[in-house]
Amino acid sequence: MFRSAAKPIPSKPIPSKPIPSGSYTATAPGGGVAARVFEVLKVYGEGDASVAALDGVSIDFAADAFTAVMGPSGSGKSTLMHCMAALDTVSSGQVFIGGVELAGLGDKQLTKLRRDKIGFVFQAYNLVPTLTAQENIELPLSIAGRKVDRQWFDTVIDTVGLRDRLGHRPNQLSGGQQQRVACARALVARPEVVFADEPTGNLDSAASAEVLAFLRSSVDDHRQTVIMVTHDPVAASYTDRVVFLADGKVVDELRNPTADDVLEEMKVLSARSVAGTAAGH
Amino acid sequence: MFKVTWRNLVARKIRLALSGFAIVLGVAFVAGSFIFTDALGGAFDGIVSGTTADVEILPEGAGQVDTFGTDARTIPASLVAELSQLTEAEMVVGTDQVQGVFVISKEGKLIGGNGPPGLAFNYNEMTAITGERILTLADGELPTTRTEVALDIDTAEKADYDIGDEVTLVTPGDPPTMKAELTGLVRFGSEGGLAGATLTIFDAQVIKDLFFGGKDVYTHVSLTAAEEVSQIQLRDAAQEVVPEGLDVVTGDEFAADQQDAIGEILGFINTFLLVFAAVALVVGTFLIINTFSILVAQRSRELALLRAMGASKKQVNRAVLSEALVVSLVGSTVGLGLGYLLAIGLKALFGVIGLDLGAADMPIQLRTILVSYAVGVIVTLIAAYLPARRASRISPVQAMRDDVALPEASLRWRFIIGAVMVAGGVALMGGGFAGSGGRGLLLIGIGMLAILIGVALMAPVLGRPIIHALGWAYRRLFGTVGNLATMNTLRNPRRTAATSSALMIGLTLVALMSILGQSAKVSTDKAIEESLTAELIVSNATGQFFSTAYGDQIRELDGVASVTTFRQATAKLGESQAYLQAVDPRSLGAALQLPVDSGSLRRFDAQSVLVSSTRAESSSLEVGDSVKLTFPAGPKAFTVAGVYPVGGAIAGDFLLSLEGLERAGIKPEDSLLFISKEPDASEAAVRSQIEDVLVDNPTVTLKNQKEFAEEQRGLINTVLYIIYALLGLAIIIAILGITNTLALSVIERTREVGLLRAVGVSRRQLRTMVRLESIAISVLGAVLGVVMGIAFGIAMQRAIADQGIDVLSIPWLLLGSFVVLAGLVGVLAAVLPARRAARLNVLEAITTE
Ligand SMILES: Nc1ncnc2c1ncn2[C@@H]1O[C@H](COP(=O)(O)OP(=O)(O)O)[C@@H](O)[C@H]1O
Ligand SMILES: [Mg+2]
Repeated sequence: MFRSAAKPIPSKPIPSKPIPSGSYTATAPGGGVAARVFEVLKVYGEGDASVAALDGVSIDFAADAFTAVMGPSGSGKSTLMHCMAALDTVSSGQVFIGGVELAGLGDKQLTKLRRDKIGFVFQAYNLVPTLTAQENIELPLSIAGRKVDRQWFDTVIDTVGLRDRLGHRPNQLSGGQQQRVACARALVARPEVVFADEPTGNLDSAASAEVLAFLRSSVDDHRQTVIMVTHDPVAASYTDRVVFLADGKVVDELRNPTADDVLEEMKVLSARSVAGTAAGH
Repeated sequence: MFKVTWRNLVARKIRLALSGFAIVLGVAFVAGSFIFTDALGGAFDGIVSGTTADVEILPEGAGQVDTFGTDARTIPASLVAELSQLTEAEMVVGTDQVQGVFVISKEGKLIGGNGPPGLAFNYNEMTAITGERILTLADGELPTTRTEVALDIDTAEKADYDIGDEVTLVTPGDPPTMKAELTGLVRFGSEGGLAGATLTIFDAQVIKDLFFGGKDVYTHVSLTAAEEVSQIQLRDAAQEVVPEGLDVVTGDEFAADQQDAIGEILGFINTFLLVFAAVALVVGTFLIINTFSILVAQRSRELALLRAMGASKKQVNRAVLSEALVVSLVGSTVGLGLGYLLAIGLKALFGVIGLDLGAADMPIQLRTILVSYAVGVIVTLIAAYLPARRASRISPVQAMRDDVALPEASLRWRFIIGAVMVAGGVALMGGGFAGSGGRGLLLIGIGMLAILIGVALMAPVLGRPIIHALGWAYRRLFGTVGNLATMNTLRNPRRTAATSSALMIGLTLVALMSILGQSAKVSTDKAIEESLTAELIVSNATGQFFSTAYGDQIRELDGVASVTTFRQATAKLGESQAYLQAVDPRSLGAALQLPVDSGSLRRFDAQSVLVSSTRAESSSLEVGDSVKLTFPAGPKAFTVAGVYPVGGAIAGDFLLSLEGLERAGIKPEDSLLFISKEPDASEAAVRSQIEDVLVDNPTVTLKNQKEFAEEQRGLINTVLYIIYALLGLAIIIAILGITNTLALSVIERTREVGLLRAVGVSRRQLRTMVRLESIAISVLGAVLGVVMGIAFGIAMQRAIADQGIDVLSIPWLLLGSFVVLAGLVGVLAAVLPARRAARLNVLEAITTE
């Protein structure tokens, strides 16, 4: 069943009531909602060649929670991150960040939103090579002309354990250190939400653990909201909730997962998808 | 391997188009210079052959065109009657040709006059060797009385005269200006027009009365051959009749001689232009090296992959070079086309100073095409060689790495090589100053080039403090964006330096010229102030001679104590040209105080000359020596009475007496009058009387010392502006180079730009960042250029201090404004790259490989 074209536009504050939908809707557990996507459709290309990277996705992301987004390659995880982080626009549907709807915002407002309300950690190439670690961390604040909150800065630095690396340039840092700097940068402006697209994808397990521990503690100790895409069940086990995507749709979710839970769920889902594909033929 | 090359070319067409720009502009300058001088040559050749008959008879040696000063000799008219008896001649015509007859337009402006001659002669129906009539009456009737003239169609149109109008003319005779009715329009035979020359047609008797004292004489006699008679047969037949002292020349020979002589003069113009083309090419070379270095650096991963797959060093090298070859061929072709447009631009530029080519042909000769391609291809291949060699040294292992770095020669070696080049350049310049003539100049030029390249090599190190200073200001003013811009400037010092160096070279020359120009102006001012005693000066701003009648009339005025006349001419001393000034020795003292190094002014008379100190040295002349000067009318010996220092009021190599110059066969025509008034006469009253004498003639004007000095400054400015305009091209190339480097850097940093945008840098901030980087590059170039220009300027001024530029004056304000202007140029150069950076799609930028 599909909803009619008439949009039940939720206005601020985002209602915590789950929004009914034709497909599976992932709902945030209690509390406030930091980010919400509602019936989001993202289509690449046109006509026969068009691909629906997101095919009616509705998710509420709870504030002060660590959420993982998982799914097979090509399932639309990155697309979801980009659409939510104001880096890309949706074909239809709605995206809210901290009560602000992204649709209809111009480039200037989107830029400001990214600067002030969103933190982003990419898989790689997160840092400006000409700037030192400290300058990279302070970048979103300094381009906004905002004062750095020294106390918060110190807290972030100490949490990521970069105090003795602040004067180094990215090429003098290891991959793990670089990702930690990127995380620090994402957090230092106290954004509404931090998005991380496979932040540990290029790291070994020790470095991954450092980054993940840092993200976890930022949620627990500093009430940050973090949404992370990952392939790794171990990484997912650090989170409060895992949302599974497949073919641009939300297919399942787990709460307070262990690595084994996630692995199990992944197996189930992939078996289902193989069966689905077989049945389709 | 060729396939790879081709794919790369197609895949990177934008980047290559950018790198091709430098080649396009350099080649355009070369092609433009050749096309323009060919057009110029063609126009003059057309005039010569269009006015030359089968056989020409003229006073011996009068065919020379590389001297000025009007030949006073003539041919008796009786010769025409004798020649008419010849059965070999179909037509015999005597012509009286006068130079210095100018047309004043309805608005009182001089037509032509800044170089191209104002010609006057009697109408004739002669056929030229081109087979066409030299003149045809296009409209109206021929003049028959003293108050009637005809004009050529172009001149009449420019001056806005119609048949029946009253025309104002300036003449070298008496009266110096006249009014006459325009009775007809004539068409000049040759296609190319008159190259700005104007043509006034008088009645045959009237021209004799006006300019030849009513004597029945001609300046030359022209013959056309009868049917079946060759030029040579006609010449031989005429030779029988013509007396001693006259040359009889076939039309072909005459035209060829004249064209050769003109070609030699035009050769100077071509060389002059090609010097600027060379400057543009050197600047262009920097850009090509830079562009290919960046392109190779950006592709180092791909090149490493090729190596890993088994491509040899040679193949990688060749792949890069073949890309350069294709780019150079395309660039040369476009450059050739642009050169044509540039030639049209040069035509306009030279039109402004009076060399009007009208509808002259702009031929693209095979030679132009060959030279253009040769220059484009060779320069590009040389420029691409270094990056190509560097590319071939990438090791295959690097294909596996994430960030591939090209092997770079260390900055220290670069600095040392640069320093050696500077030292060598200084030595060469020193040698050049010690030497003389063309070889000296060449040495100075090569020396300067070596120094400039040396400094360019050292620029990554020399520029650092400048960038740091700018960076400090940037951070103060623009915070993080300023910091990012500074760091970008510093991240690749070679690239920044190479890009700045292109601008540095252009600005060095501009600064050098401005210092020499300023020094020349101040030196002239000083010379006028120190040696000129006359209060008033009559001169012709266009450099043309004027009628002696003015001096005669002014001498008679109330309150005028003395009038000192100056004349000019050239003669040959041995093989070299000598510039002559002439004055009446008795009135010299009334006009100016001429210091003498040796000898005495008292011995200066009709048989003697004064010689400038530089000429005395170069031709080893001493007081008492005899010097033989060769005029069109033949050689004439003078005794050296004294040596005067250069740099005073007298320019030129020799100072003759008016009488001496007249005896040498030069028609009396004045170039300057220095007027002293009676002590008790009012200057205003004397001025207004003199102005009445000069009425109707817009070019011959009265000035006091200050105004005269200003006029001299104006002449220097004209030369400076032309040089600035030509150097402007090198600067445009440099600006494009900055744009090019920035654009390539933006492409290279696409992902970084995406990242900056993702973390919240606004489009505006991004544009500011690119702009600040651009300003840093251009200001660096400007500062280095101005510093170099000052160094060269001081050296050059010292070296030529004995040739009239004896005061060093540095136009600090102007030089400072060059640096500020360079900043603006930086803003301009950044427009496109900044827009490109700002427009990048954030997501695509982040996800590019
Ligand atoms: N720029 C794009 N143009 C066309 N198709 C795209 C583009 N980006 C992603 N896609 C397609 O959208 C789908 C989802 O991609 P993505 O969100 O990157 O998946 P994931 O991150 O889960 O691996 C894939 O089928 C992919 O091919
Ligand atoms: Mg992805």
